[in-house]
Amino acid sequence: MPRNSAVKPLRVTLRSMNVPEATASSNGFAIRAERVCRHYKMGEALIRAVNEISLAVGAGEFLALLGASGSGKSTLLNLMAGLDRPTGGAILAQGRDLAKMTSEDLAAHRNRTIGIVFQSFQLLPRMTLEENVELPLRLAEMPRGDRPARVREALARVGLSARSRHRPAELSGGEQQRAAIARALVNQPMILLADEPTGNLDTKTGEEIMKLIAEIHRPPSGAGRTVVMVTHERILAERYADRIVTLSDGAISREEHLR
Amino acid sequence: MKLGDLTELAARNLREAVLRNSLTTLGISVGVASLVALLSLGVGLQQLVDRSVARAGLFDTISVRSRQSAPFGQPGGGRREARDTAEQVPPKPLDDAARREIAALPNVLEVNPEIRFTAEARREPISQLVMVAGMAASSQSSGTLDGLNGHFFSGPEAGEAILQGDLAKRLVDAGQAPASLLGQEITLRFAQRQALPPPSEQAPADAPNQAVGPDEEAMGFSIVPSEKKFLVVGVTPASDSGGGPVGFNNAGMYLPLAIAEKLQVVQQSDLRDMSRSNRAEGTRYAALNIRASSPTAVAEIESHVTHMGFAAFSLIDVTRNLRTFFAIFDLFLGIFGSLALAVASLGIINTLVMAILERRREIGVLKALGAADRDIRQLFFAEAGVMGLAGGVFGVLLGWAIGRAIQFATLLYLKRQGVTPPNIWSVPWWLVGGAIVFAVIVSLASGIYPATRAARLDPVEALRYE
Repeated sequence: MPRNSAVKPLRVTLRSMNVPEATASSNGFAIRAERVCRHYKMGEALIRAVNEISLAVGAGEFLALLGASGSGKSTLLNLMAGLDRPTGGAILAQGRDLAKMTSEDLAAHRNRTIGIVFQSFQLLPRMTLEENVELPLRLAEMPRGDRPARVREALARVGLSARSRHRPAELSGGEQQRAAIARALVNQPMILLADEPTGNLDTKTGEEIMKLIAEIHRPPSGAGRTVVMVTHERILAERYADRIVTLSDGAISREEHLR
Repeated sequence: MKLGDLTELAARNLREAVLRNSLTTLGISVGVASLVALLSLGVGLQQLVDRSVARAGLFDTISVRSRQSAPFGQPGGGRREARDTAEQVPPKPLDDAARREIAALPNVLEVNPEIRFTAEARREPISQLVMVAGMAASSQSSGTLDGLNGHFFSGPEAGEAILQGDLAKRLVDAGQAPASLLGQEITLRFAQRQALPPPSEQAPADAPNQAVGPDEEAMGFSIVPSEKKFLVVGVTPASDSGGGPVGFNNAGMYLPLAIAEKLQVVQQSDLRDMSRSNRAEGTRYAALNIRASSPTAVAEIESHVTHMGFAAFSLIDVTRNLRTFFAIFDLFLGIFGSLALAVASLGIINTLVMAILERRREIGVLKALGAADRDIRQLFFAEAGVMGLAGGVFGVLLGWAIGRAIQFATLLYLKRQGVTPPNIWSVPWWLVGGAIVFAVIVSLASGIYPATRAARLDPVEALRYE
């Protein structure tokens, strides 16, 4: 799909603030994995990081992916984000198979459909918070004049308005993660993907971040978002998620519906 | 990503490693400077030659000779076009009729006979053999006499002479300046042609050495020595001070053309005509010099004259070869100049590859946030382009400064040698623009590999990079 033609519909979506994004995808699913595989070759050995997983994430759902290190949960999240391509099966988002998308379309998917939060924040240290948060808008080619308001709004939502001119190194871990969440939300994506968002934080700060994510998932007013969170902390998952899917050796070993 | 954002991010990235990027940019600047310095020298030398040729009127002058009198090997006789035409058009004598016919051609300003002869110039007790030439009034403004001491002829028939500086040096007393000859008289001794009376008047019919044949073949001329005084009104600069003989009609001494004609000096063509069996009566010219209205009209006039049955020669052909020579010369200078730029391009590649390693994680983040491969590629291209642009601009300034320094040193050296220094340095606008564009192109080409490598980075791997 030509890039320009993809840009214009996006702006309509971004400005449609009152449209419930969680219900915007087709079939009631935000993302659906169908027998998806991600196998690596390491020398002679074949590593089955994700092995024929079928999983549907409902629109507006909060799904927690639980599992030990190396169970494949981050790989599955990367596949959902379009950062990685499956070696088999399909991942459908908005009715389109990510596995069959061009790299340009995948980039557009990452920019507009999803927002990603990483364990290690991944803020660019040379930029201020507002510049970091502005990055997805630059990549979406949003007019320069429209950006400041969007950035302010995103930073206000995570309570960092006063720190907008600070660089990441001048902030605490919790503040950096909140800035990363602001950056993930600034393009108003349908889905928020979080990879161990509390992994680098102390318990109290981690709790604050989880509350923020929960609020994004189900805000006091307005539409919520689909959230897929990778974590190894069962307590947090049980407290906030609608469903917990536990992975083991690249496959789903357990599924719990909590709400 | 939009161009503004791309440029802004590229500039920000360049600022982050300011020392390394500045050194890389300086490398490009040195490359561009060497290119500009060498090419400016080439352009300057070419312009110097062009100016000299144009000043001497060589671009708008055509020399015409009769093919009857032009032996094989004469200028104009060897050209392919002339040979082809010679097979189709019969040769004609170069007489008054021909002069009028040529003068009537479009874009012809004037047609003058070429009068040149060897004579002895004497200023007691010094005498010197010298080439004398008739000079048309139009030469006053042609540039041939640039730097003239004194003035041009006061009239077309004035008994005045202009001396070339080198000759004047030989005719003055020791320790005197050539210009001291101004206002003095020079005696010119030359071989004059005197018509012989008809055969009936000059010798009995049975004289043993009397040629037999038609009357016109029996007629001829005698050669007698003759002398005439001329007032020196002008002295041109000597060759070692930037002057010297220039143009078709260069000589040691110039006389007004009309006067030179009236002297009836024996010309080389007179002897040649005498040896021909089908001599015609009336004035015959050894050569005519045509002055065209502009250099662009020369080729057309030359073609007309050739088709009229004469041999025509202009320096357009010679200058064409000269231009080819300078084009090749400039090419070689450009290649040598570009070598430094080629080395600088390796610096760009190195800098950008280093940047990929340093910013691996940043590239991963950008991709995670939605940057397409194209965005990353463009970002690195923009950084290479900005370095190329900055290096190009600074390089042109540096090259200009180096050129000025070389020019200054050359002027100083030539002045100490007592030579009027020519301007051998020129930085035309096309060179300024071309050098900057070239620097940007080379930089972008250098950025291809790093940009492609950055664009192909696997975002998952890049995000894991510590």
